[in-house]
Amino acid sequence: MAPVPTERDLRLDLFRGIALWLIFLDHIPSNAVSWLTIRNYGFSDATEIFVFISGYTAAFVYGRAMQQHGFIVASARVLKRAWQIYVAHVFLFAIYLAEIAYVAHSFDNPLYTEEMGVLDFLKNPDITILQALLLKFKPVNMDVLPLYIVLLLWFPPMLWLLLRTPSLALVTSATFYALTWWFDWSIAAYPNGTWVFNPFAWQLMFVFGAWCALGGAQRLARWVNSPAVIGLAFAYIAFAFCIAMTWYFPRLGAFVPKFVGDAIYPIDKTNLDVLRIVHFLSLAVITVWLVPRDWSALKSPVAWPAIVCGQHSLEIFCLGVFLAFAAHFLFTEISNSLLTQITVSLFGIIVMVGAAALVSWYRTMERQGPGPRPPKIKPGYAGGDA
Amino acid sequence: MTGRVLFSLALLLLAGTAWAEEPAQCRVAAHLVERDFALPQVNRAIAEKHLEILVVGAGSSLLPGSNGIKNAYPARLQHALGEALPGVTVKVTTDVQVKRSAGEMAKSLAPALAAEKPALVIWQTGTVDAMQSIDTDQFRAALDQGINIARSAGADVVLINAQYSPRTDSMIALGTYAENMRWVALQHEVPLFDRFSIMKLWADLGTFDLYSPAKKLDTAERVHDCIGRLLADLVVESAKPDEPHAEGGR
Repeated sequence: MAPVPTERDLRLDLFRGIALWLIFLDHIPSNAVSWLTIRNYGFSDATEIFVFISGYTAAFVYGRAMQQHGFIVASARVLKRAWQIYVAHVFLFAIYLAEIAYVAHSFDNPLYTEEMGVLDFLKNPDITILQALLLKFKPVNMDVLPLYIVLLLWFPPMLWLLLRTPSLALVTSATFYALTWWFDWSIAAYPNGTWVFNPFAWQLMFVFGAWCALGGAQRLARWVNSPAVIGLAFAYIAFAFCIAMTWYFPRLGAFVPKFVGDAIYPIDKTNLDVLRIVHFLSLAVITVWLVPRDWSALKSPVAWPAIVCGQHSLEIFCLGVFLAFAAHFLFTEISNSLLTQITVSLFGIIVMVGAAALVSWYRTMERQGPGPRPPKIKPGYAGGDA
Repeated sequence: MTGRVLFSLALLLLAGTAWAEEPAQCRVAAHLVERDFALPQVNRAIAEKHLEILVVGAGSSLLPGSNGIKNAYPARLQHALGEALPGVTVKVTTDVQVKRSAGEMAKSLAPALAAEKPALVIWQTGTVDAMQSIDTDQFRAALDQGINIARSAGADVVLINAQYSPRTDSMIALGTYAENMRWVALQHEVPLFDRFSIMKLWADLGTFDLYSPAKKLDTAERVHDCIGRLLADLVVESAKPDEPHAEGGR
């Protein structure tokens, strides 16, 4: 059985924290600050980082539980987590409905008669709310948590396999991914179409993260640190950057040979396009090369805000979704000046950090105090969630 | 998308007061109009002094009210082309109905083309597909089909993407549909009129208040007038790709 590492890698928390900030910025509609986020400069975005690190930490936390307490106990914990995420999703949906209902009220601009049709779902709350509870009706930007729920449901057997024969588990996951592309497997959404993030495809990123946590990263180390791989990673990121620039300056598109365009487009986010995976891997290779595990800055106050957010990812992710709604509400009802956009973006991140610090403080207090909860047995992954 | 807007803002700052003196406010977005692909049929029609255009679209190609047809962008396009092409008879007909997806429009394209025989089909789509979250493969296939039908009927094609609608921004995921439209346009070498970015720039610069929830028909009419003018620029300049043209304000 593969050993589960004992000490948490702070780099994971750091980059998950940063991914949470980026997701928040990207989720605010019409936000000039989202110009800064990585999705504008290449194929992959913060979602890959978030899912990969979530897989990594899930293996880390539940892997140990499975080794110490067996399959049933660990699976029960994973399912409890999935339930918590479901509750969080429904809670966010309620807030979304409140925001939409308010924004929709008195919206009568003749320029947008067609677009107003999107509010028609408010007229059929019986169907809409039921479909939302079934995770079939998902408003824009509320697709990550349902993905996470399905990934966790699939995780216990995968983790069992990962702990025994990690390579077979990874091959199984990759095969499933390939079959999904081959047979167009997907989950239906309401009223039309499919889930924005296809769990059958995205499970690869999650399982790959888990595989890395359970010894895969060490096995890859020789490759990851080779100058040739690092060079290739830089070359691919440069290529993706050049392609991304043609999205903003269409005239540059003339310099992209037709066969390249035919080969790469459309870049499928729903089914986790291979181009996106390679882009994420390239970023990961460069990150591991630039930021060593024992980097002193990881323990400095500069990195702390992102790390503390990354350590409480579910709470902070949900808060981010809520703050993005609130920001859109502010833009429509009060002001959408550039200054407001920058202020709101910054303020949102400060609120996320503050909330993460508060959650951290609660956890420490509950662990130390004579409260009803027993203290955690292993201080090794103190403060971290799956 | 935002990157493009910021770049545009920077360009405008560099350009200084050049655009401020331009009488039509819509000109601030003129540099966002692409002119990369030729429109040979339009070119020929202009040479023959008779240009017929068919606008195929959904709800955002319409304006409400008794003067809606007169003030919506297809009619404004006809007006602007008439001014830009003296001596050429310009006739813009429309096949516009609310709530139609790209697939539905592609289906009604053949009969409409048979009736009108236009040199150019201007196809506005994307919004309804995004609202109904139509499968993007289907959306792309519909665009391919429509473009092929129009071309085999001897017409050039210009695509128009969705409007920028800040109030419903958090409710309609336009992004993937816009990307797919851009890709299909590139593949078929068809000009894409990027209405989304143009309107976003107007909103960012305060040219038009697109956040307003109120029933203000005058703003809507001015927006459509501007879209008609910029579309006319695209048509005229793409039809004559060999002649050198000045960038930006004219």
